[in-house]
Amino acid sequence: MLAYAFRRVLSAIPIALIAVTVCFFILRLAPGGPFDGERALPPTVLANLRAHYNLDQPLVVQYFLYIWRLLHGDLGPSMVIDGFNVSQLISIGFPFTLTMALCAFVIATAIGMLAGMVAAVYQNKWPDYVLVLAVMIGVLIPNFLMAALLQLWFGVYLKWVPAGGWVSGSVWHLILPVTVLAWPHAGRISRLMRGSMIEVLGTNYVRTARSKGLGERLVLARHAIKPALLPVVSYLGPGLSYLLTGSLAVEQIFGLPGIGKYFVTAALNRDYGVVLGTTILYMFIILALNLIVDLVYAWLDPKVRYR
Amino acid sequence: MAGITGKDQVLTTYANKLATLDAPKGRSLTQNAMRRLVRNKMAVISIFVLVTIVILAIIGPNFVPWGYSQVDWSNIRKPPNFEAGHYFGTDQNGRDMLARVLQGTQMSLIVAFVATFVSVTIGVVYGAVAGYFGGRVDAVMMRIVDIMYALPYILFVIILVVMFGRNPVLLFVGIGAIEWLTMARIVRGQTLSIKEKEFVEAARAGGAKPFTIIMRHIVPNLTGPVVIYATLTIPEIIIAESFLSYLGLGVQEPQTSLGTLISAGAPVAEVMPWMLLAPAAVLVTLLFCLTYIGDGLRDALDPKDR
Repeated sequence: MLAYAFRRVLSAIPIALIAVTVCFFILRLAPGGPFDGERALPPTVLANLRAHYNLDQPLVVQYFLYIWRLLHGDLGPSMVIDGFNVSQLISIGFPFTLTMALCAFVIATAIGMLAGMVAAVYQNKWPDYVLVLAVMIGVLIPNFLMAALLQLWFGVYLKWVPAGGWVSGSVWHLILPVTVLAWPHAGRISRLMRGSMIEVLGTNYVRTARSKGLGERLVLARHAIKPALLPVVSYLGPGLSYLLTGSLAVEQIFGLPGIGKYFVTAALNRDYGVVLGTTILYMFIILALNLIVDLVYAWLDPKVRYR
Repeated sequence: MAGITGKDQVLTTYANKLATLDAPKGRSLTQNAMRRLVRNKMAVISIFVLVTIVILAIIGPNFVPWGYSQVDWSNIRKPPNFEAGHYFGTDQNGRDMLARVLQGTQMSLIVAFVATFVSVTIGVVYGAVAGYFGGRVDAVMMRIVDIMYALPYILFVIILVVMFGRNPVLLFVGIGAIEWLTMARIVRGQTLSIKEKEFVEAARAGGAKPFTIIMRHIVPNLTGPVVIYATLTIPEIIIAESFLSYLGLGVQEPQTSLGTLISAGAPVAEVMPWMLLAPAAVLVTLLFCLTYIGDGLRDALDPKDR
């Protein structure tokens, strides 16, 4: 197990490095720069600015400078927002994004598992049909449209919850965004859970458990749930990373103070530091989540370890 | 020994019957699949609705009294009004919403098909090459796919917009170019098992070059999973396109797409709900139809999988 973990961690390092490199160069090769404003800056000012941020050096030198700083945990300065460096911006915005994504994640995973289980037990009866419809709606309607429709219905017509905006510490303002984020995730989880549960309920050991006279509830609790969880576990990692990326859009739509606001503005202004910093942060989260999922999987299923 | 089992007589009568179209004919795999698809009610309804939407989007604009960029100065911000010919109402600039929704649907569909075609082509070729050559080539190619999976999608999208500017065709070729990862994985998996089959060995023994084997012998056998996955990619691409347009990075005025229309309608939905509801209804219907057709095709072409 330890050897497997070690191998997996080692193989993640080159992927991370290559991905950072790719991001860096793609971003720099795109035309435009952080100082192309509405008004052209005087050439001397521009030259000074470029020199200050090392943009006048050859690209390769800039790359190694960036990697060197990155290894020391420094994501560099923001080139557009004066007096802030990227780590500060991230530490302002990211906690909010993370809280919201985690809320959505916990709620959606719990609801999704439960709903999937209920649908599998009542397969092809009405709870199953209702659930399949709810899943379809959640998975198919894109989040910006879902957000607009929920805002219109619950925020404007019914006035149950605020339609957007943010008041510090108010749970009411989080209800719609978290719903929009959580619905598709819950849908995917319940679809996986339903499928694997139906499969497990058809296996021989479940038949044995039933035929020795165990009640249906005990059969489910002792024999069916744990094996049915495997595909769900493997989706949790990618699922959380979808939620984190998806929350960029949801924050933008609902006007919430997460990292999404900085990212989209920074990308439009070519603020290399902020875009690269956020991307790298996300990439590391995705890689780390995949790693954790692989390790949990190896722990649950010994076949994986010795491949 | 001929004639001992009576085999020849039986076969001869059968052949004669076949010749006079009198015998039960075998059903091909395609026919079987078609029968299964036709029995799936949701899929049939979806195909019907989808075809209707496509036809309306293509020929509809010719029958609408207003053009999609034509301004009706006497009807600005008006709800649906049948006398003036604005069946879906008008937007803030007095343009007819029905004409705009039709044009937007057309644009979204074109984008979806172009981008899907690009993503399928890249995915199939990449996956088949990786699977066929195997070994180190496969390891490197699939590692590249892993790396691309680790990159946040939104970054790619923004970079594409920056690099391609506001040219819609190039932009959507670009969307197709980043949607191929899953397709490549599926195709690679299928290729790994197909390349062990005898007919591939026969082709190799016959002296066919690797490229010929991939194109002539492996790719045609991938049709099932590729068709299924392509049908399921179309709605994903429609969502991606409408999201980009929603952010203001996609299709530009006066041209429009369903995403652009929704993004224009969402902020004013409180006072002019028709501007949001019309494009939203079309988008949701399209997505549902495509998904049901994809599921139906999967069940029909791959009965094991049910």
